[in-house]
Amino acid sequence: MSTPARTPRRSGIRGGEAASGWLFTAPMIILLGMFLVIPVLMALWVSFSDWNGRGSPFSGTVSFVGLDNYSALVGGGGLAEQDFGTALRNNAWYVLLVVPIQTMLSLLLAVLVNRQILRGRGFFRTAFYFPSVTSSVAITVLWLFLFSASGAVNKLLAFIGINGPNWFNDPSGVLHNFLGLIGVETGPAALTGNTFLGISFWEWLAGPSVAMSAFILMAVFTTSGTFMLLFIAALQNLSGDVVEAAMMDGANGWQRFWRVTLPQLRPTLFTVLTLGLIGAWQVFDQIYTGTQGGPGKTTLTPAYLSYQAAFTNQAWGQGAAIAFILFVIIVVFTLFQRWLLAERQVSARRMRPYQPQPTSGGSK
Amino acid sequence: MSTPTKTRVRSASPSRRLRALSREQLPTPAIAGRSLLYAILVVLAIIYIAPFLVQVATSFKTDGDAASNPMSLVPQTWSTAAYEKLFLNSDFPVWFQNSAIVTVFVTLGRVFFNSLAGYALARLHFRGRNVIFALLIAVMSVPGVVLLIPKFLVINQLGIYDTYVGMIVPLLTDAAGVFIMKNFFESIPASVEEQARIDGAGTFRVFWSIVLPMARPALVTIIILSFQGSWNELSHFIVATQSPELTTLTKGVASLASGQLSQGTQYPLKLAAAAIMTIPVAVMFFIFQKRIMNTTDGAVKE
Repeated sequence: MSTPARTPRRSGIRGGEAASGWLFTAPMIILLGMFLVIPVLMALWVSFSDWNGRGSPFSGTVSFVGLDNYSALVGGGGLAEQDFGTALRNNAWYVLLVVPIQTMLSLLLAVLVNRQILRGRGFFRTAFYFPSVTSSVAITVLWLFLFSASGAVNKLLAFIGINGPNWFNDPSGVLHNFLGLIGVETGPAALTGNTFLGISFWEWLAGPSVAMSAFILMAVFTTSGTFMLLFIAALQNLSGDVVEAAMMDGANGWQRFWRVTLPQLRPTLFTVLTLGLIGAWQVFDQIYTGTQGGPGKTTLTPAYLSYQAAFTNQAWGQGAAIAFILFVIIVVFTLFQRWLLAERQVSARRMRPYQPQPTSGGSK
Repeated sequence: MSTPTKTRVRSASPSRRLRALSREQLPTPAIAGRSLLYAILVVLAIIYIAPFLVQVATSFKTDGDAASNPMSLVPQTWSTAAYEKLFLNSDFPVWFQNSAIVTVFVTLGRVFFNSLAGYALARLHFRGRNVIFALLIAVMSVPGVVLLIPKFLVINQLGIYDTYVGMIVPLLTDAAGVFIMKNFFESIPASVEEQARIDGAGTFRVFWSIVLPMARPALVTIIILSFQGSWNELSHFIVATQSPELTTLTKGVASLASGQLSQGTQYPLKLAAAAIMTIPVAVMFFIFQKRIMNTTDGAVKE
């Protein structure tokens, strides 16, 4: 009713709207254009050039080198390729562990805290969320202390008889260490002999280093609270009807969670996984503050490597190239994830409310 | 099957158990479940809080005490040496001041520019609006770390490297904030502004004196996000500044962590610095706690 009534008025009373529209959005357009769009284009040019940081990247002395910067990273056979491979390896393990763990933990926290009968809900939420508001620098400083050789974490481990590692100085891969426990010290020739991005497959499979594991724990510690809030908001928006219906049909708590609640949380799950994935590929602050890539380059990440290449080694083209490869990686992962979850979302939604209960109960 | 037995043992007085049963209609496994729930939550809460308690306690310890008793929550001898050194013998006050300056300007800027743009995108009808919105979404998906080198290039090119302008202006608006404001403005009814328009108020006046006051919940969200975001920002200041006078807390404390200003480990000093830089965001957090805990409500709902 109201829409057709409003539409003709728009051109009359709202005559100056176009002008105000552009005026209102102009600061945003200028700021984002100046400090986001144009910079990205400039960096794209730099990634194809041999600019060494002196003078303007657009001056005559800077020349176009095509894909040289990129090919040095993905097939140059030199140190650049090796460092890039190492950084990707480190960050891939980081993502592989951080994203699932933080998602599961935050969902668990949300479900626990969201109980209606729970006393002190506010206290628990505050406790779990607080690490998320602190800066990554402050948390890293704290982590360096807690995980130092004779620090609190190792003291705690000593209580249960474990001789803790020298966390931030231990470059050994966690998976390699586990294999070492069962006597496997070197990998088969098929793995050690062949390389990808300058790193042998055996090294790819080293797992995160002990130092990186401390960062992984830190990421889980600091982000689970934020994602818990997203899950809580989603849980509160669920209508109780479906759960009640499932209850009447005799589903127990476990079944209700997996078959009823979780499918309804799929959109939030997607958000959390995507945000987690994007964040986890951008590890920078922690490395800059804590380890600068060490020990043994096992906490090097593409983001930090990009910074280091440009600002420390003055290899600006290479640094920019790393940033763009990282960009592509993040976009590809996000799209892949969207595709994966979207597919399932349709089928689950089709299944969930409409199918008669006996069928869905008997199917599994 | 073991859970009911356990509960029976725990609640020793049978009459109390009966009373609880009749009042809340809970079967015994539910009581056991609830105790388990509390046990899990308490353990988790301790894990989440303990690091911060250790941090504060350690900042009041002497170096030797911190090294030998890293876990104790009470210093053997209380020492404020770390804080004295930070405030009297280091650049720490300068860092704090710079962080405060940047945070205030960035927060004010974002509140104004984000709501202005968000309002235009939600309410004003003009050609190109959809294009702007599509670009905004695209811009939002650019990961921040990718922008390190690009930002330096443009800041350098504009001649604002190592200035407050270079530190503040690039942060004055953010795509996500505009998006939040746009969503909020779309959710409030248009009838009020229509009335004001008919009464002859100009677009900016309608925005400033009618719409903006109604948007308080969303504005609080923006304030929280930008305060926290700019106070905790590190990478932008790394690429935008180099002189010691423009060092912010994040950059300064990061340099502390990697060993400047200190011989040996000096954990009390570092942890004191980290603790102080946490205070403003913590205060912010406790002031707006209710709102933060419902952030998504404020941003998305009505």
